[in-house]
Amino acid sequence: MATDTLRDRFDQIQRRAFILGIAALTLAVLDGIRAPEQFVRSYLLAFVFWLGFPLGCAAFLMVHHLTGGFWGLPIRRPLEAGTRTLPLLTALALPLLLGLSRLYSWTHSDLVAADVALKLKQPYLNLPFFLIRNGIYFAVWWTLTVRLNRWSDEQDRTGDPLLAARLENMSGPGLVLYGLTVTFFSIDWIMSLEPHWFSTIFGMIFMVLQVLGALALAILVAGLLSRREPIASAITPDRFNDLGNLVLTFVMLWAYLAFSQFLIIWAGNLIKEIPWYVTRAEGGWAVVALVMIFFSFAIPFYLLLMRAVKRSTETLSILCGALIITNFVDVYWMVVPAFEKSGPRFYLLDFLLPVGMGGIWVAAFVRQLKSRPLLPLHDPRFAGALEHGH
Amino acid sequence: MPTKRIYGLVAEFESPGQLLEAANRAREAGYRSIDAFSPMPIEGLAEAVGFGNTRLPLVVLFGGMFGAAGGFFLQWYANVLSFPLNVDGKPFNSWPAFIPITFELTILCAALAATIGMLAMNGLPTPYHPLFNVPRFVMATRGRFFLCIKARDKKFDIGSARQFLESLKPFGVYEAEV
Repeated sequence: MATDTLRDRFDQIQRRAFILGIAALTLAVLDGIRAPEQFVRSYLLAFVFWLGFPLGCAAFLMVHHLTGGFWGLPIRRPLEAGTRTLPLLTALALPLLLGLSRLYSWTHSDLVAADVALKLKQPYLNLPFFLIRNGIYFAVWWTLTVRLNRWSDEQDRTGDPLLAARLENMSGPGLVLYGLTVTFFSIDWIMSLEPHWFSTIFGMIFMVLQVLGALALAILVAGLLSRREPIASAITPDRFNDLGNLVLTFVMLWAYLAFSQFLIIWAGNLIKEIPWYVTRAEGGWAVVALVMIFFSFAIPFYLLLMRAVKRSTETLSILCGALIITNFVDVYWMVVPAFEKSGPRFYLLDFLLPVGMGGIWVAAFVRQLKSRPLLPLHDPRFAGALEHGH
Repeated sequence: MPTKRIYGLVAEFESPGQLLEAANRAREAGYRSIDAFSPMPIEGLAEAVGFGNTRLPLVVLFGGMFGAAGGFFLQWYANVLSFPLNVDGKPFNSWPAFIPITFELTILCAALAATIGMLAMNGLPTPYHPLFNVPRFVMATRGRFFLCIKARDKKFDIGSARQFLESLKPFGVYEAEV
């Protein structure tokens, strides 16, 4: 009976999210016909934000396959469902390929010819190589997510203890591949919006944002399901405490990397490096940066120090929901100043496209989540995890 | 006849399960000033003897804030007031450069506050403790488990407390003199 109502609830959320997504995307397309330039920019923002979830989920799954631990029990299936939305994001990437010339100055041969730096970067920043590289990234991500899911599914059906070792063995090299592909992805899609600027930490910041977003999402889902079986029996205050500590770690890691990049560029004070920050720390963008310092770091950091916040399913879920929103602000602050030098301006498309893509993404996520048991009980790592007392 | 001054009554148990059960029963019986001694951590025992939240997190927070303020002031004072140097044309109060040291001192002072605060709140070091007067108590570091009902407990009465502890079927019950 209880599972029936849960299924109904999933169906309902899936339907509503899908309708919301389609409605917002339709409005966005209608609005976008008037302003194709802005449509492509907002589309890039939405795409980069939502792609973070399947990739972050895959990375965090691999971290858990390497380390083990009972804290993974309630979030394993939400993470796996997240990775299975990669096909959707792959399809959503295709329209963006048509708009590349509207986004990147290095696609225009006259601009490249007039600029020494762009001319020197041309062996890397050119359209055919860009497409080949992205083909490789997506091929790597597909391989990783397909294996993570296929072996986990097999483990559920057969209970073969060797599969845990196989998942573990692929996760080490898998994380290296993840790190390389996401670093180059962030260079290709975000850093090359302002092709004169460069930073070697940029890829790391991007990875931490993805993993933090994915972890926050998985905890939020586990928290929303926490009153119902079977998730209810998998959640203990200790496990949520562990998950809260992981969130704290990633919040601190993000602050550390974001500040390191800033400090190094600020101290160096070089003409090629500082424009990126001059744009992002002046006028309206300075306000956004301050919002991030407080809402992406200081406040969550302080709250996550307290045991009471981490041990309560409710408060930690709310905090994770808020972190997903601040995550979007972070991506916004990295991407949009490339187009709007003087400060953030409100475009309806900056709202419609992330929401529209998000609606469809949530529908796909729920569809994947309900297609498999909510707990991976045949994983030998979780043997005894549901017994009480420990 | 000189009267003995009693610190409390100690019962010796042979297993962690017995100790946990005894601690729970003692609380149910209304004893509040109780303490348990075990050679290893036992899950749930701290709650059973009524050990709740401590003020240590607050001490650590203040330690951290002291470190942050002190660390920043140290650099601000040196660079702005005491010995201003023009480095690379940057302002004297170049706060981004002060952050790493401020952060390090925050962690250092918070960690010191945690260590010193923990020792102080536990009353450590304690070279003398009345329980050391019980000869069997040396076993608390080996393989025996002890529960003590202290004489300062409002409900404490040597006769009834002994009767209560005996009812828990311990290995033995001993008086600890001050």
